[in-house]
Amino acid sequence: MYMTERPRRVAEPRPEAPGTRRGRRVGRTVILLGLVSLLTDVSSEAVSAVLPLYLTAVLGLSPLAFGFIDGLYHGVSALVRIAGGWLADRADRPKWVASLGYGLSALSKIALIAAQGLGAVTAVITADRLGKGLRTAPRDALIAASSPQASLGRAFGVHRALDTTGAAIGPLLAFAILWFVPGDYRAVFIASLAAAVMGLAILLLLVPDLRPRREAGAGAAPLNPPSLRLLADRRFGRLVLAAGVLSVLTISDGFLYLALQQRDDLAAAWFPLLFVGTNLVYLALAVPLGRLSDRLGRAPVMVGGHLLLVAAYLCAAGPVGGLAATLTCLFFLGAFYAATDGVLAALASTLVRTEVRASGIATVQTVVATARFASSLGFGLLWVWLGRGPAVYAVAAALALAVPCAWWLLRGVERARNTERHQAGAAS
Amino acid sequence: MSIRNRLVAALAVCLVAVGATAAYLVVARDSQQRAAQAAQAPATAAVAAVESVPRIVFRHVAPGQEHGQVALVPLGDPTGRRAITAMSCDRVYASGTRTLCLTPSAVASVFETQVHTRGEPTVVAPLSGTPSRARLSGDGKLVATTSFVAGDSYDVEGFSTRTVIRPTDGAARVELEAFRLLHHGKVIRPADRNYWGVTFAGDGDTFFVTVAFDEQTWLARGSLRSATVTTQRPDAECPSLSPDGRRVAYKKLQGRDPGDWRIAVLDLASGRETVLAEDRSVDDQVEWLDDHRILYAMPRDDGTPGLLGSDVWVVPDDGSGTPQVLIKDASSPAVVR
Repeated sequence: MYMTERPRRVAEPRPEAPGTRRGRRVGRTVILLGLVSLLTDVSSEAVSAVLPLYLTAVLGLSPLAFGFIDGLYHGVSALVRIAGGWLADRADRPKWVASLGYGLSALSKIALIAAQGLGAVTAVITADRLGKGLRTAPRDALIAASSPQASLGRAFGVHRALDTTGAAIGPLLAFAILWFVPGDYRAVFIASLAAAVMGLAILLLLVPDLRPRREAGAGAAPLNPPSLRLLADRRFGRLVLAAGVLSVLTISDGFLYLALQQRDDLAAAWFPLLFVGTNLVYLALAVPLGRLSDRLGRAPVMVGGHLLLVAAYLCAAGPVGGLAATLTCLFFLGAFYAATDGVLAALASTLVRTEVRASGIATVQTVVATARFASSLGFGLLWVWLGRGPAVYAVAAALALAVPCAWWLLRGVERARNTERHQAGAAS
Repeated sequence: MSIRNRLVAALAVCLVAVGATAAYLVVARDSQQRAAQAAQAPATAAVAAVESVPRIVFRHVAPGQEHGQVALVPLGDPTGRRAITAMSCDRVYASGTRTLCLTPSAVASVFETQVHTRGEPTVVAPLSGTPSRARLSGDGKLVATTSFVAGDSYDVEGFSTRTVIRPTDGAARVELEAFRLLHHGKVIRPADRNYWGVTFAGDGDTFFVTVAFDEQTWLARGSLRSATVTTQRPDAECPSLSPDGRRVAYKKLQGRDPGDWRIAVLDLASGRETVLAEDRSVDDQVEWLDDHRILYAMPRDDGTPGLLGSDVWVVPDDGSGTPQVLIKDASSPAVVR
């Protein structure tokens, strides 16, 4: 029933060289999508790295302006994510919707070069965020559509590893440019635009226009246009609930780094580069943990990954700082991302029907993002009320309790799906 | 389009993108270097002659080799020749024999605080975030720095300012966020409070600072000994106390858009606030030239791509007069009497 289990391609116009083995093509699309994400991340992280400097040194804005810009993102992002997933499913063209999202972000970089003043910068950042929300679920649906079911974890791992490589390169590129041409922020924005355009070109020209619903239906009864009712599946509902509960008990990276920074001077001095440590670990472990999830099951790895987060919190909560504690915290944080981000997308892909795959992924990602946003608001209050150490311990304890609950919720959720699919496969 | 054509097209786009960026970088660097050579190097006087008389210490920002270095002019001749030191800072302040310098450290995006005292070794401490404000107390015994601590992406949830007061005799530093905050007589602990822009009074204990919470800025008076900060009046940022301690100058929004400030001076005894004659937006923690005149840096767009020039302007503190340029190509002024 699923596309990747059918060896024969119906005669569709495909931009494939003749004689390409299916195995290689599947890998190539994932790698191409990974390259697109790498270049796009170089583009946005280069800007993010210099944005505080640019806003204060050049535009002369004050701290309050930051908070104002920040508040805009989250609500906008959630709406657009679901819209993006739904549109990709309805039109059965995830590539188009993803291209729209990447295109919007690339355009916003053009505006950034011309932007002066708070209003213009706000508009640019909002447009970039809109683009990111729009494209994430369709892109993940493309990855799912171009990989065998059994190696989805590895496929997402490869993609996330490339994605994170871009996030690591971005700031380094920005500072290299500022060293070469001091004070010329426009040069950073131009380089960011160039990277975004390259990513967009690779997506438009080289990534195949996969049609998941059409391919899944080929040879059998064509699938109906998607209806959101198809998401109302008990197993999927359990995943959404488990992901939401686990995410609402997370502390955002920003707070975690602030906790490390307040604890000792070494972390304080290296604060702007703490996230580089996390990204390096994420990058290194994304593929191995993705493959682990293929072997052991995605739900166990995803839920178990949150124990890594508990370990990171314990490292950050202690009263004594020091290099070892800081590095260990960054290691556990990076490992947590490697065990959960791509694996969650892989899990969501397998628990929904093909025709609503992008919407399903979008729903899970929106729930996670919204839960994280709510938790960051709440954690701020908790920090003020209890102080840094007790607040982090409290969240760590709550998360440690939530992990077995999530485990129980997701018990057997993949096995049941597999069984159902085999029965459906045998029947057709 | 066949796959080979698509591949060629994609490669072409990448080459053009990389090529155009590289070309821009080379041209920009070249034009910066040419501007540096063409710029008239301001005639410099010997540093030693100026550093022992009352002087204005500032950051020299004319394009050229010495861009960003600390320079001095005597108080008696501020428009005359400047003496450029070898110290390079993003933000500078000075008092007595001490100079406070916020500057990038050897690692990209990481900054440090340097306290230079003539005749003594320099004391260096890490500064978390990007430098914003720097002040020394009149006797040079207390150092205050404000930096932006922002997140690592557009999600600046972890954003805050970090304001630290550090005695130069090596005693423990204090973070203002740990102080008790009194507002209308009650102790409050708002989760979103931020402090920036410290100015010291002469008694080694009192200081003024901006505190912001619930999206409102407040002028606040603080005491180091009692570790307390008390709000005084709303809508005041980056205060600066006059040399005689009787007036405090700050920037106000007065309902305008964020980023559009005007300078006002508050008479502490009478509570009367006067807006000064500068009608452009001033984003600076101002400095007092003497008991009646205010100094501030004002950016100037002189066409060099990506680089804004800056001059130090002077205006009377009673709302009269017109602003004048006092020192060209300068920022971050500090007066040493």
